[in-house]
Amino acid sequence: MTRYFTDEHEWIDVDGSTATVGITSYAQEQLGDIVFVEVPASGASVSKGGEAAVVESVKAASDVYAPVSGTVTEGNAALADDPSLVNSDPEGAGWFFKLTLADPGELDGLMDEAGYKAFVAGL
Amino acid sequence: MSDTNNLQEVLTLPLDGWHRAKGARMVPFAGYAMPIQYEGIMAEHLWTRESAGLFDVSHMGQLILSGDGADAALEAVTPSDLIGLKQGKQRYSMLLNEDGWIEDDMMVARAPMGLYLVVNGSEKAKDIAFLRAHLPDHLTLTHLEDRALLALQGPKAVDALARVVPGVDRLFFMEADSFIWANAGDPQPLWISRSGYTGEDGFEISVPADHAVALADVLAAQPEVKPIGLGARDSLRLEAGLPLYGHDLNDTTNPAMADLGFAVAKRRREAADFPGAASILIELNQGPPLTRLGFIVEGRQPVRENVELFDGDRSVGFVTSGGHSPCLGQPIGMALLEENWAKTGLTLEAEVRGKRVPVKTVPMPFVPHRYHRAISRQAKPDGSDIAPHQTKGAK
Repeated sequence: MTRYFTDEHEWIDVDGSTATVGITSYAQEQLGDIVFVEVPASGASVSKGGEAAVVESVKAASDVYAPVSGTVTEGNAALADDPSLVNSDPEGAGWFFKLTLADPGELDGLMDEAGYKAFVAGL
Repeated sequence: MSDTNNLQEVLTLPLDGWHRAKGARMVPFAGYAMPIQYEGIMAEHLWTRESAGLFDVSHMGQLILSGDGADAALEAVTPSDLIGLKQGKQRYSMLLNEDGWIEDDMMVARAPMGLYLVVNGSEKAKDIAFLRAHLPDHLTLTHLEDRALLALQGPKAVDALARVVPGVDRLFFMEADSFIWANAGDPQPLWISRSGYTGEDGFEISVPADHAVALADVLAAQPEVKPIGLGARDSLRLEAGLPLYGHDLNDTTNPAMADLGFAVAKRRREAADFPGAASILIELNQGPPLTRLGFIVEGRQPVRENVELFDGDRSVGFVTSGGHSPCLGQPIGMALLEENWAKTGLTLEAEVRGKRVPVKTVPMPFVPHRYHRAISRQAKPDGSDIAPHQTKGAK
């Protein structure tokens, strides 16, 4: 399994043609207390860079973009009852959705962990 | 994730470095770099409700209006009784343009040197121009740019502040006076009112800018006190049902629409001598075309500003402020609703990102006010006891 990152602060764990998407620890820290998450329904198609989910903190709503195109296989139902999982475990239990990749070639150009760390350090 | 920062010319306030040293996240607000949060909005909000929070509101405009007949002259652009405002008393008021639309809301206190006004930071330049244009030339309007403004809010604010400035506990809600703060041998004059923008007991403290850091240090060192950012200031005022200019109030709302009838003085109603009186008095009696109301959301999805509210297919109003209530653990908001829907107990639907979310209109405040009133007074059953507030917070 390989983890990639976007410059919009999403992470994506890729395992063959399936992947899990969430937002990074840096992102949840910037957002603050998360009170609501809207994840895409199973079967929804998402396109790379397009709006895929919404995360709402006390102060604002923010879009979460799909790191790659694909078909959603599962939204994280646990976030409906406990959106604060995104704060407490953003890169684990606070995942947003799983999808089947449409084109693994879209992973080219995403950052690896070292690249993302350097990116965040420069912000 | 989307990024919503705006880069523009941003000024700094006297406590800028103090906030940064306390770990605040700074954001541009009303043209200044201001702390949106320190440890987190939720924790800061709850701390203020149970103990005491220190807010830097130095972006707000502190003005002195002095000269003969300043009170009568200011009355001409407000619906307030300012002639009847006694020394050491403060009142919630608003600036009305010629047609009775709200140019800003503000606090007015009678101080020894004149009328002391606190106006919204985002509106202060406009307000000063408005006042200069509408007030007689013999009056003097002084912008106290050399003073910072701190607010200490919460049930334990009085304990903390009385330790630093003995005697403040004698003030009741909406009273104000001068105090001398010892400041370790360098005594400084403070103007302190017992008021705020959280619904809690508390104080607002005008301090010479050069000594703001020292005062913030001594207040933050009290065991009851933590620094609180603009994020919690907004959620606190929302729970208290207090309107925010630029969101719930603007120059297309009037005091009747804003449900601020308490701020239209009896004497001014009888004389019908305030701007827009002809139409505002009718609306106060018969109901305005749109009225500010509170709502709670069923479920967890926040319903925010500008979201449209529906009764079936009929659009009946729109949200002016909305967000998560840390005390209630659910989303709340304020909306402007059309006349036939301007009542509590209705179930409506908000349309958020194409989906309908049920909301229910309710009385405000959402969380009861806990002011230290001179005469104990019960909130009216309809929740119309929306009491005076100090001004403005953040989004």
